[in-house]
Amino acid sequence: MDWTDDGIVLGARPYGEGSIIVSLLTRERGRHAGLVRGGGSGKSRGTYQPGNFVRASWRARLSEHLGNYSCELLTAQAAGHMDDPLKLSALSAACAVADGALPEREPHPAVYEGLLALIELLEGEFWPAAYVKWEIGLLADLGFGLDLTRCAATGMNDQLAYVSPRTGRAVSLSAGEPYREKLLKLPGFLIGSGGFGQADILDGMEMTGHFLDRHVFGLQNQPLPAARARFLDRLKQSATISGGGTIP
Amino acid sequence: MLGPEIERLIQLLSRLPGLGPRSARRAALQLLKRKEALMLPLADALATAAATVRTCSVCGSFDTQDPCGVCADERRDPTILCVVEEVADVWALERASAFKGRYHVLGGTLSALDGVGPEDLNIPSLVRRASDPAVTEVILAMDATVDGQTTAHYITDRLAGANVAISRLAHGVPVGGELDYLDDGTLTTALKARRPV
Repeated sequence: MDWTDDGIVLGARPYGEGSIIVSLLTRERGRHAGLVRGGGSGKSRGTYQPGNFVRASWRARLSEHLGNYSCELLTAQAAGHMDDPLKLSALSAACAVADGALPEREPHPAVYEGLLALIELLEGEFWPAAYVKWEIGLLADLGFGLDLTRCAATGMNDQLAYVSPRTGRAVSLSAGEPYREKLLKLPGFLIGSGGFGQADILDGMEMTGHFLDRHVFGLQNQPLPAARARFLDRLKQSATISGGGTIP
Repeated sequence: MLGPEIERLIQLLSRLPGLGPRSARRAALQLLKRKEALMLPLADALATAAATVRTCSVCGSFDTQDPCGVCADERRDPTILCVVEEVADVWALERASAFKGRYHVLGGTLSALDGVGPEDLNIPSLVRRASDPAVTEVILAMDATVDGQTTAHYITDRLAGANVAISRLAHGVPVGGELDYLDDGTLTTALKARRPV
């Protein structure tokens, strides 16, 4: 059987001497791995860099086989961010999170479209906020959506300031104040108020990291990907994220 | 039906890069046919290399002496360190004869997929070497891949405290390359790294 689909390269690991096993996030088939013969050669290595957008043809005798990919590079996104450590680490982190979090061969079109949009947004200014929103979308698509519409305690939707680390529901400033040490901070840009400066982005990353760890990676007895931790470290060091502005 | 000794020879040869079972069979046949001229000298060379070649305690390259020939050579510029991923990269740069400084072999790159972290690489010794006042420049000669460049950025951060200039290899159009045949990624980086003439 065979099919052709567009996909985003999530990663590639060597197989044998010159071949690689590529993990793609495809539009219609979700995360799907396949063997690329000769993919480790200098000539085609550039195609299989995380974040690159490819048109992939997959072929195998039976659908449950690993199968062989042949890919045509459509957009070399990775190459555009090689010189920017923060964007490169964000790209690596997004690909590593998607690769570790998504089940194989299960369509997740919203995550695919979100990742595609995030990669395109890396060219612009507001991508850190988009990254946090993409992780929230990933959690929602995996069945662990956060409820940030109203306070879990009062039912009101004003002055939401915290998120319960247990339920993933928003908590208002007044209701959460006695428990603020235990609650996660809810950055304003996620509920349509406030800017997205460095502190807001870090709050958002801490929140999504908690739920990714609790609901996704923790269940697999895996830590959060090292690439995400490196991205978080870089975010903390970075002073280039501007505050204010509107949510992308 | 082959004897177990020949089977074992073929099996070991087939583990070498570039050789599969069939080509290993041909190589074994050649060795057996040219026993005096090829097989015995090869066996001798293998035994000698196995007994004498070691990893340089300074740079991580291979040589029969420790420190290796490059690290011990006083004619090489001690002020410039070239950081590479593997020993093969040292050999490639030496083949080009374009670099007269000293090397540092990391032993790989940071890789999210393969679980390679900073603790798996030869980075602490690089920081120590770069902190030597005699060293003035560190060249990051990593692959132009996401993992390679992620490693380069990580090393740049780690060397922030050392008083050295940090540079990296250029990315762009290869010598003899035609624009029409270059992939999009190479063209993008070449345009970004353009320089005045």
